[in-house]
Amino acid sequence: MYTFELKKADSVANAAALLAASGGKALAGGQSLVAALKLRLAQPGTLVDLSGIAELKGIRREGTHVVIGAMTRHADVAASAEVKVGIPALAALAEGIGDRQVRNMGTLGGSLANNDPAACYPAAVLGLDAVVHTSKRKLAAADFFKGMYETALAEDELITSVSFPVPAKAAYVKFVQPASRFALVGVFVAQTAGGVRVAVTGAGSSVFRAKALEDALAKSFTADAAKAVKVPATGLNSDLHGSAEYRAHLISVLAARAVTAAG
Amino acid sequence: MSIPLSLTVNGQAVTTTVDARTLLVDLLRTGLALTGTHVGCDTAQCGACTVLVDGRAVKSCNVLAAQVAGAKVQTIEGLAAEDGTLHPMQAAFRECHGLQCGFCTPGMVMSALDLVARHPGADEAKIREELEGNLCRCTGYQNIVKAVRLGAAEMAK
Amino acid sequence: MGANETGPIGQAVRRREDARFLTGTGQYTDDVTMPRQTCAYFLRSPHAHANIRSIDTKAAKAAPGVVAIYVGADLTGVNGLPCGWLITGTDGKPMNEPPHPVLAQGKVRHVGDPVAVVVAESLLEAKDAAEMIAVDYEVLPAVVSGVDALKPGAPQIHEQAPGNKCYTWALGDKAAVDAAFATAHHVSKVDIVNNRLVPNAIEPRAAVASYNRAEQSYTLYVASQNPHVERLLMTAFVLGLPETKVRVIAPDVGGGFGSKIYLYAEETALVWASKHVNRPIRWAADRSEAFISDAHGRDHVTHAEMAVDKDGRFLAMRVTTTANLGAYLSTFASCIPTILYATLLAGQYTTPAIYCEVTAAFTNTVPVDAYRGAGRPEATYVVERVVHQVGVDLGIAQDEIRRRNFIRAFPYATPVALTYDTGNYDQTLDEAMRMADVAHFTSRKAEAARRGKLRGLGYSSYIEACGLAPSNIAGALGARAGLYEAGEVRVNPTGGVTVFTGSHSHGQGHETTFAQIVADKLGIDMANVEIVHGDTGRIPFGMGTYGSRSLAVGGTAIVKAIDKVVAKGKKIAAHLLEAAETDIEFKDGKFTVAGTDRSKAFGEVALAAYVPHIYPLDKLEPGLNETAFYDPTNFTYPAGTHICEVEIDPDTGVTEVVNFVACDDFGNIINPMIVEGQVHGGLAQGLGQALLENCVYDAKTGQLLSGSFMDYAMPRADDLPTFKVSTKVTPCTHNPLGAKGCGEAGAIGAPAAMMNAVHDALLGVGVKDIQMPASPHRVWQAIQSAKAGA
Repeated sequence: MYTFELKKADSVANAAALLAASGGKALAGGQSLVAALKLRLAQPGTLVDLSGIAELKGIRREGTHVVIGAMTRHADVAASAEVKVGIPALAALAEGIGDRQVRNMGTLGGSLANNDPAACYPAAVLGLDAVVHTSKRKLAAADFFKGMYETALAEDELITSVSFPVPAKAAYVKFVQPASRFALVGVFVAQTAGGVRVAVTGAGSSVFRAKALEDALAKSFTADAAKAVKVPATGLNSDLHGSAEYRAHLISVLAARAVTAAG
Repeated sequence: MSIPLSLTVNGQAVTTTVDARTLLVDLLRTGLALTGTHVGCDTAQCGACTVLVDGRAVKSCNVLAAQVAGAKVQTIEGLAAEDGTLHPMQAAFRECHGLQCGFCTPGMVMSALDLVARHPGADEAKIREELEGNLCRCTGYQNIVKAVRLGAAEMAK
Repeated sequence: MGANETGPIGQAVRRREDARFLTGTGQYTDDVTMPRQTCAYFLRSPHAHANIRSIDTKAAKAAPGVVAIYVGADLTGVNGLPCGWLITGTDGKPMNEPPHPVLAQGKVRHVGDPVAVVVAESLLEAKDAAEMIAVDYEVLPAVVSGVDALKPGAPQIHEQAPGNKCYTWALGDKAAVDAAFATAHHVSKVDIVNNRLVPNAIEPRAAVASYNRAEQSYTLYVASQNPHVERLLMTAFVLGLPETKVRVIAPDVGGGFGSKIYLYAEETALVWASKHVNRPIRWAADRSEAFISDAHGRDHVTHAEMAVDKDGRFLAMRVTTTANLGAYLSTFASCIPTILYATLLAGQYTTPAIYCEVTAAFTNTVPVDAYRGAGRPEATYVVERVVHQVGVDLGIAQDEIRRRNFIRAFPYATPVALTYDTGNYDQTLDEAMRMADVAHFTSRKAEAARRGKLRGLGYSSYIEACGLAPSNIAGALGARAGLYEAGEVRVNPTGGVTVFTGSHSHGQGHETTFAQIVADKLGIDMANVEIVHGDTGRIPFGMGTYGSRSLAVGGTAIVKAIDKVVAKGKKIAAHLLEAAETDIEFKDGKFTVAGTDRSKAFGEVALAAYVPHIYPLDKLEPGLNETAFYDPTNFTYPAGTHICEVEIDPDTGVTEVVNFVACDDFGNIINPMIVEGQVHGGLAQGLGQALLENCVYDAKTGQLLSGSFMDYAMPRADDLPTFKVSTKVTPCTHNPLGAKGCGEAGAIGAPAAMMNAVHDALLGVGVKDIQMPASPHRVWQAIQSAKAGA
């Protein structure tokens, strides 16, 4: 680890000011950031610890939405009655992130701000067309994710909460990379007010929507319809654990399984 | 950068000063000489460093000491009774031969306690799933799973 | 078999070492702290192959907290790391043995090759300083596969090894094999890759070295499986120090699996540097560092053929293997793909003629050495894959093809240099089939098919040669060390017994098992027995723990020492009881005059030995402290059958191990609980190899692609089934315990059982050939290729 200053923020405004003044990085649960610091892959001069900011925590139902504070831990999302009732697919997704120890520390906001191409939460945010609330503005899911480890967030901008619309049906199916247990491919399928949405993580440089699957499922929301879609491998990730062709194939298979799971 | 830090470790209040870079595991092992918590990897995968923070299992190698300011930390050293009587989960690991080299064991036991707190009646499949964050290279996990079941049953008594 | 029929031998005694491991009070190497200690960090090569033009440490030496920095040029008078086994090639020449420097000397040959060591007040400062060392590399082309390294035009790694060849070695009667193939009814063939593995004991390697200037002596704490071997190699071959001045302590060690047998550069550099800085130095590997510096395992490419008659009887086997040894010869690297491999190719079968040729290559990868099973898993995989293929080719059931060829008369001399003393292979096969419910497999397969899944069943009837080893045989085969074991039994005046064993326990539970033996043989309470291991300062000598040898060899050494204690005790008792020595019997902890009720308890005799007031001082020394060195007369031959049932999802390529049974014959068993645990662990590593684990280098750059737990798939609890295990017993005929060894069986038998099951499952969809690990991606690809080819 390189040396850094650690500042503890007590409010969102305070955190944003500290980030603006220092050009540093926000520390949420730290499950990706601390690991990166240890391996000397990151060298922030300042870390701003968000754990003391009460307004960033908590889960509440607001009409047709479930709103989750950015510093809410994965384990708390997974165990939340509001989430289980409103969007059971989201609770199940949270329960499948990393392992128990990671879920006990890792947060929704931290995961989204990091935008790891194999993370689970981005699939739910994009698949449900959720709104990302920040210290400066509201961002539609489609505008938030910009590319591999890239988001629309400015350096001094914090995610404060995410507002997930309650879908008619939804499910997330993850196929794990056997070593890291991150998503080799994860597919989130939802019937939303705006139609069927299919969001894919793990397969590309960042989470994306699978248009062909969405069209097919809009016509017939069945596993067979999903399985019949041949997803092109062009542009998909290829590594030790799976070729682009394999990932493309899995997208259809997992989408079909998600449709079945969505009921 | 040095920062002041107060927390509770195994029921004892600790007040100290640490470099901001200090990991929780370093505070425990080096600062407090609690060497029962082990480091088995540098990518937060193996779980040998698992401790309980406010009752929840976390990987102490992937948490800054400063992140647990004010928290109650429990390590393997804090489980047995004053007179040396093993905690039921420790005793179950011994009874079921749930350990061999012993290196992953402290983390495994601490994870088991988090598991049992949430799923006291967990079956074998659930236990295997819940132990995802702890690697053991010696046992093939079979006797660990057996031990967790026995430990859970004994704790329920 | 025990002196005491109701004694602790054979009981599932709970382990005494667990008390400290479960309370966090064990002492592993990295738990050792010393006053004035410093921390070491090794700067390693980021390149697979490069010349070092220059190293500039000036800025780094001035960095905060730095105590010293050493590079290869500083290590004057330090020799290279030795290889402990000389292989003589088919050309009659000794193997090519290039130097293995402690720190790079002008060239680096694999990613992770140590270039410099930084000693600093703290680890953070050592790491900071290491980043300031400027190394000017001239990057060279690299080669990572053994097969590629032997091709003309491959990058040359060592001047002393032209064509990157270490040796070509052969075993068996080539002419007899060729003749049998010429007239055979059928020849079955398999091409096999035995995937490279990373041992990954959960405790990373670690060392703490200190120097005592007044006594000019060194103490090394190190995570080692054999502290005496470590000391011998380090002092005699590398540092030129007297053994009397170096104490090596291997305290609690968090797993080894072979990887902690070897003398490594890091602890050697630490010992050397501890004198120069005159302060203790500690080092513990990060996991990322372990991946690029711990010796790896396996990495064979093999073509095997079996010639058979029309009834499936094996006539001859021919095997050609390329073994990747990595960049340097690790301590026992050369004997693994030869002596411990080709000698096992008879398996459980009467194959009359076998010929095996092995070419060993240097590559720009981490050195390869013994990993759980060491040569024997590779041999079993070859034999059992080709036997499976014979069954498929001839349409003979997998149990039947094995039965038609089982060895049934013992002792049995194989055509590959071993003589099996005993065994009963039908018995373990029968029991495994019963446990696996083979009878109902067809209906389970049909049921799976209705769900769109593919089921397969695979057998592996393995044999291993353990209890390493008769020293004279090993010596004739090139070993540069003996392979006996030492044990000292110190009876204390009040009757308690302290045992000093040269075996080392790093998970095997010796402190319990050995205490069971001693308590049983001496008829005393286990609480009065203490087992000491892992310290050259306390133990007479030791060859350490590997190759499933500890009970058969180390345990026997203790038994031999106990025999001496009892023999001396009889003399003392005879004197005390005023009887003839020949009339004294020892049983249940008592020395008795035969046919009378006159006796002396073991404790009384012990006291007399140390308080020799009534004692034959004219004929007998006082004291009761005996040492024995035991050198076995043969290997031991554990064997058994493993059966694996898999279910494959053709949509995703996911293979689930739905059932795994193992019926093993380990000879007599001292502690069945510990034996079962050893089997479970071995099976997990065997299935890990077959299902998940794969060490992969980039073919162009030589970078390690699977360099952390993020990319190297370790088996986790939910990857594995609940194993069903059982044992049958044919006692070893040549050691007094009748024990054969159990530590490696799981890792030896499991890969072939699982891969035969995968092949069985995929046969129906046209897949003929798939290599380990059967990852989802690989299985899916194989199915797609078969479909495309159909």
